[in-house]
Amino acid sequence: MADAVLFEFLHTEMVAELWAQDPDPDPGPGGQKMSLSVLEGMGFRVGQAMAERLPRETLAFREELDVLKFLCKDLWVAVFQKQMDSLRTNHQGTYVLQDNSFPLLIRMSSGLQYLEEAPKFLAFTCGILRGALSTLGIKSLVTASVAALPACKFQVVIQRC
Amino acid sequence: MSRQTNRGTESKKMSSELFTLTYGALVTQLCKDYENDEDVNKQLDKMGYNIGVRLIEDFLARSNVGRCHDFRETADVIAKVAFKMYLGITPGITNWSPAGDEFSLILENNPLVDFVELPDNHSSLIYSNLLCGVLRGALEMVQMAVEAKFVQDTLKGDGVTEIRMRFIRRIEDNLPAGEE
Repeated sequence: MADAVLFEFLHTEMVAELWAQDPDPDPGPGGQKMSLSVLEGMGFRVGQAMAERLPRETLAFREELDVLKFLCKDLWVAVFQKQMDSLRTNHQGTYVLQDNSFPLLIRMSSGLQYLEEAPKFLAFTCGILRGALSTLGIKSLVTASVAALPACKFQVVIQRC
Repeated sequence: MSRQTNRGTESKKMSSELFTLTYGALVTQLCKDYENDEDVNKQLDKMGYNIGVRLIEDFLARSNVGRCHDFRETADVIAKVAFKMYLGITPGITNWSPAGDEFSLILENNPLVDFVELPDNHSSLIYSNLLCGVLRGALEMVQMAVEAKFVQDTLKGDGVTEIRMRFIRRIEDNLPAGEE
């Protein structure tokens, strides 16, 4: 049983490492996007695998909203030892998940000082959400935004084929 | 700043998978980014070192262990307190050198490698090399220069996983006034 703090330390180091690898010293939108998508891709595989390990009964959801509630409660507790603070939806496939004190942002000072850095710390988690949804049969696009640390919002848009 | 968490058995179990799965995703990504295993090993060691120099603070804050007086005490603390706290396992300590400056940590099972198999074209990869970096970084922060390396690995078919720890020297550093 690995201690939760190990994940935090590893995640921080991964963000630093993937950013350092960026060959472009002036990270324009292109460079940033690549690093973010690598992190997101890694999170996706982790989210996929975590959801695959859930017991069968858990996977029988009646509705899409139940899946999102599950992510806000069970998945968030499993990953961050807390529940998501709020879940809103327009009932047309868009969900906004809000965490008022997102653990991966807490170590950075609160407010607006490190706003620019925040997306790097959210990419992996967006991937976890998208990966878990994928295993649960839902294709989605997950983005995150930060108004003021350590609060952040994850936007899940269901992709209907 | 402590985060009081209410961890039931369920979430503890998933936490372990989270770290293991994330680590696996990281190693996979590094294997894509670097052309050969040696570079991946170095990168894992470097990342582990960066983690170790910060992890030690968390460890000292949570474990309440005092200063170790010799390498034997250090070995005990590493195996029985640190590994237990962070990875939930207690490696055995064996193979002390006569001078008391080298020992082995024996891990019967390594949580990092759950569900992991090394593909054939990565025979030089030291999958768990992050651990060596963590040990090296953490101990450096408590004034010990050490070398840590894997000498046996269950991923490579060995019966156990063995990390060899070697004390190099004490680091006489300028400590801030007020610290012993």
